[in-house]
Amino acid sequence: MPRQRTSRRLAADAALLAVAVAFALPLAWVVLSAVDPHAGLRVRVPDGLTTANFRAVLTPDITYTPLLNSLILCGGATALTVVCAALAAYPLSRFRSRLNRPFLLTILFATSLPITAIMVPVYALFVRVNLIDTLQGTILFFAASQLPFAIWLMKNFMDGVPKELEEAAWTDGASSLQSLVRIVLPLMGPGVAVVTVFSFVIMWGNFFVPFMLLLSPDQMPASVSINDFFGNRGMVAYGQLAAFSVIYSTPVILLYVLVARRLGGGFALGGAVKG
Amino acid sequence: MRPYRRVTRALPLTPALVLILLFLAGPIAYCVYIAFTDLQLTGQAHASFVGLDNFRRAFRDSEFLNAVWLTLVFTVLSSLVGQNTLGLALAALMKRASKPVRTLTGGVVVTAWVLPEVVAGFLLYAFFRREGTLNAILDWLHLPRQNWLFTLPILAVSFANVWRGTAFSMLVYSAALDEIPAEITEAAEVDGAGGWRRMWHITLPMIRRSIATNLMLNTLQTLSVFGLIWVMTRGGPGNKSQTLPLFMYEQAFQNSMIGYGTAVALLLLLVGSLFSVVYLRLLRTEV
Repeated sequence: MPRQRTSRRLAADAALLAVAVAFALPLAWVVLSAVDPHAGLRVRVPDGLTTANFRAVLTPDITYTPLLNSLILCGGATALTVVCAALAAYPLSRFRSRLNRPFLLTILFATSLPITAIMVPVYALFVRVNLIDTLQGTILFFAASQLPFAIWLMKNFMDGVPKELEEAAWTDGASSLQSLVRIVLPLMGPGVAVVTVFSFVIMWGNFFVPFMLLLSPDQMPASVSINDFFGNRGMVAYGQLAAFSVIYSTPVILLYVLVARRLGGGFALGGAVKG
Repeated sequence: MRPYRRVTRALPLTPALVLILLFLAGPIAYCVYIAFTDLQLTGQAHASFVGLDNFRRAFRDSEFLNAVWLTLVFTVLSSLVGQNTLGLALAALMKRASKPVRTLTGGVVVTAWVLPEVVAGFLLYAFFRREGTLNAILDWLHLPRQNWLFTLPILAVSFANVWRGTAFSMLVYSAALDEIPAEITEAAEVDGAGGWRRMWHITLPMIRRSIATNLMLNTLQTLSVFGLIWVMTRGGPGNKSQTLPLFMYEQAFQNSMIGYGTAVALLLLLVGSLFSVVYLRLLRTEV
């Protein structure tokens, strides 16, 4: 029996390692090419290390402005999403009403709609109301598209905070807004962190929304400006493209690791979508 | 409850409701409206109502039917077969594997998932290109090489979607498998049920709700993939990897036919809604 178990573990290890290698190949390309003075399209060990690729892309034009735009766009939209979701989740979690259930079902329904499909009418609408090519407009749309899921998650986390603590505050005369800010939100810190990081990561990587709603090059976030490495600049400098990809991807990977660790390596979303 | 209290209690919902109504419900309603007009990019003001023309046209348009077919291939290959099966296999293998291997594989697969969509697109573009890594490996194995993005673009983008999206299924299934009580598996093992039989008769029935939910979410996610395909192939060559979102974009913007493009978007939205309704029914006991 133990021998059988060991061989089974070895087989599982071997299979998983094979998958890991297959998944790692494209990742290895971006990491190796970023420091390769003669980067091409295939994975290879660089014949020398260089920081030239990073130095070439670390300019206001290529890196700083797009990253700042991404930060304004995603930071603004995330802040808006989290504040609105926390406010909205409170009555849904705390008070009984006949409308709660239909409202939550609608929210869940909206969560799974393909947002890609409504980008053409959103574009037409934004042209009408003069919101096209504005960061504010894009922030508002981003927040709205993220809200259903954020409310859903936030409500689930809020349900985990016992109501008794608030009732004490209410008898002391605290309003519901005060008890939300002073008692409930601090107690569901990890939950708020998950919603924040998740919203931010999703928007940081989103390409289609800013691609449709923003037009001027100086407003483009990194998710769209990365396209400039192809076409406009003539020959593709793969090393620079790789270096930029590394810089652009690092923040979201770090954020994810931070949240995953805080939750003990477990994954709250897995539980949240399970129903 | 007094009406006054009911109103003040619902007050915190207002900001979220306003945003959702203005920027999600509004565009969807507008989508339904312009899908029945001949709105074009030039001369916005003079759109007129054309009834079902856009839809009739879509179902006669061989390019639209091609996009529907490719969307189907893309969804079945990458989401139903790829992400779902591979995700389940990884989760099941991880239960048996040693800890370092588990951590390593999980880390790599999740990294592919967390990467921004466009970066993922570039990485796989480089992987599948004629002078890319895949062909280098095939050469090394003395197998025939291919210009993948040219000969089999829909297969290449499907693989890309598997690479990018499998982590989600893996996480969902890992959570589901962890919830199966160890006694049940052990009892079956004692009764002499082999690995496959245990999987088929015990594990799968026990996690069927997770399977249903996961399939649903994967499908919806895959239906709306745009950036990944756009970066890798732009829908080409010709229209050999043009799924519905790319077709919609081309009609609305490159051909300036917003009305027609929106009709396609509405069809996509309808398919998505159908899936959503099924998904809600699966979750019916919750909420």
